[in-house]
Amino acid sequence: MKQTVLFEIKALYRDDFRVTGFTFGSGEPSICIVGSMRGNENQQLFACSRLIRKLSDLEEQGRIMPGKQILVIPCVNPYSMNIKKRFWTIDNTDINRMFPGYDQGETTQRIAAGVFSAIQDYQYGVQFASFYMPGAFVPHVRMMKTGVYNDVELAQQFGLPYIVLHDPRPFDTTTLNYNWQIWETHAFSIYTTNTQRVDKVSAKQAIEAILNFMEKQEIIRYRGYSGYHSRVIESRDFIPVRAEDSGFFETLVQPGDEVDEGQLLARIYDPYLGTVRCTLHAPAHSTVAFVHDEAMTYQSTAVLKLIPEDQ
Amino acid sequence: MLHTIAQSNMPVDEVLRIRKNRITPAHGASVDTALKRISIVTGIHGDELEGQYVCYEVSRRIKEHPEYLKGIVDIYPALNPFGIDSVTRGIPAFDLDMNRIFPGSSDGDMNEYLASEIIRDIKGSDLCLDIHASNIYLTEIPQIRINELHEDTLLPWAMLSNVDFIWVHGTSTVLESTLAFSLNSRNTPTLVVEMGVGMRITEEYGIQLTDGIFRLMKEMGIWDGPVNEVRTPVVSRNPDDVAFLNAPVSGIFIKTRSHGSMLKKGDEIGRIVDPLRGELISTITAPVDGWLFTVREYPVVDEGSLLARILRESQASD
Repeated sequence: MKQTVLFEIKALYRDDFRVTGFTFGSGEPSICIVGSMRGNENQQLFACSRLIRKLSDLEEQGRIMPGKQILVIPCVNPYSMNIKKRFWTIDNTDINRMFPGYDQGETTQRIAAGVFSAIQDYQYGVQFASFYMPGAFVPHVRMMKTGVYNDVELAQQFGLPYIVLHDPRPFDTTTLNYNWQIWETHAFSIYTTNTQRVDKVSAKQAIEAILNFMEKQEIIRYRGYSGYHSRVIESRDFIPVRAEDSGFFETLVQPGDEVDEGQLLARIYDPYLGTVRCTLHAPAHSTVAFVHDEAMTYQSTAVLKLIPEDQ
Repeated sequence: MLHTIAQSNMPVDEVLRIRKNRITPAHGASVDTALKRISIVTGIHGDELEGQYVCYEVSRRIKEHPEYLKGIVDIYPALNPFGIDSVTRGIPAFDLDMNRIFPGSSDGDMNEYLASEIIRDIKGSDLCLDIHASNIYLTEIPQIRINELHEDTLLPWAMLSNVDFIWVHGTSTVLESTLAFSLNSRNTPTLVVEMGVGMRITEEYGIQLTDGIFRLMKEMGIWDGPVNEVRTPVVSRNPDDVAFLNAPVSGIFIKTRSHGSMLKKGDEIGRIVDPLRGELISTITAPVDGWLFTVREYPVVDEGSLLARILRESQASD
């Protein structure tokens, strides 16, 4: 394992800002894994740290294939993580809305450019991503439909339960995943269950998925679990279940649960009276993909997302 | 008359309401559909307050002379009321830039729903002004920014707006999520005004833009009272006309020139210092002759922070 500083900025009062990479094996840039990019992505950082441990062991055992190089960047934004702020410290910009970056531009554009120049030549790119809404997701691999390198067969090789295909919206065009694809890297985002809270089981599943993928691409020798035959779903086909009113949110289901049409999924309570303001029911037989996990909800929030029954 | 254009129940004993004030001629209420309509919009970013003065001043002048009003003036002073109330640029609790969620969706989440209702209400205006105040980091001279896709429609309006500068910029996919892009794409001409600085009100700029709004209303047939003469703005279309200065090092920026200054190449704009060591780290000078139309206001800078924008002299003097 080789530890390298990929990008650095001198600061006035803080320690220097560093983006650190960990390289395994040597040769052609085969796969790059990127962890947390926002200050609340603890799970994404945790998963990377466990992956680094695993890859260190595999390297010691001589199980990284000759001529293959693996790069793991556990954290692109240590500054924000250390002060528990989601976006960039001074101007609140999001590094994952700055790709491919600009090395003469503003600070987060420079960070994005510095990181992207180090990772853009990799054949495969995997980002541990987080959803913008607070909640727990069923583990899945997500691909943005850029028209470039949308190889679902390849995504199957992670062996996660679901592959979600996503039509990029205007603001997605400056994400790492989108730009990786434009620069001809096969790019995937892996969603584990949580963001802020560490979930060891889900992190382990994601790590096994990545190792599984590497083994199938002949980057490492590894015998892990065979995983799932992933079901492919378009993100627009998720069924949102929206809060009909605001208040305390109580869920009765978890990601991965199968639910029947009409089944009670959640209740929303009046925060003063404790009475039920509304109940939420499954509109169809489906599987729970996402569950809001904050104590309260606003009106109209998609507190649950369901995967419809396979036709 | 005050109207609630969108609302949503909050969890604890509160309703979020986005409101507007519709001002109509004393005898025009029954023929609203035949009247021209201008919409004055601000407060998408909760830390940008320059538009508050403009909303107040437009309303005040109309109240002073209601007899001159011949059309509809819709004033939306707070599209992001929670942001304004809590000194938050984005939408509080969501860490979301409201100007990246348009056109929204009527069956989306609360913010998407609010965005779609805003579009529904403003759409159909004969002209809309979306007033911004840069941010807390930069001070801007009064200017209008126009996406090149909409230049033909918007430039004639912008020329009458009494701003100092019109910046016609290239298209960017990201900007398709803005209020202005969404409205312009729906045949509602919308000018984006940037002026002043975040968290402050610059009365002089507020008066300048208000004069421009009355000139526009006169042109549209909404106002038939006297209006002040407006200035002729500099128009820039070529991206190479504008020089960007970013901080070469992190430190404390002390500006030495004000926005609006004419500069010669090599003139000092500011200094970046290290207060811990008592050292001057970098002197920031103009790379070209030109007009300083943006300058850093917030002193703390990281390497890369934007310090200034300069319009090259050949353009600035046109």
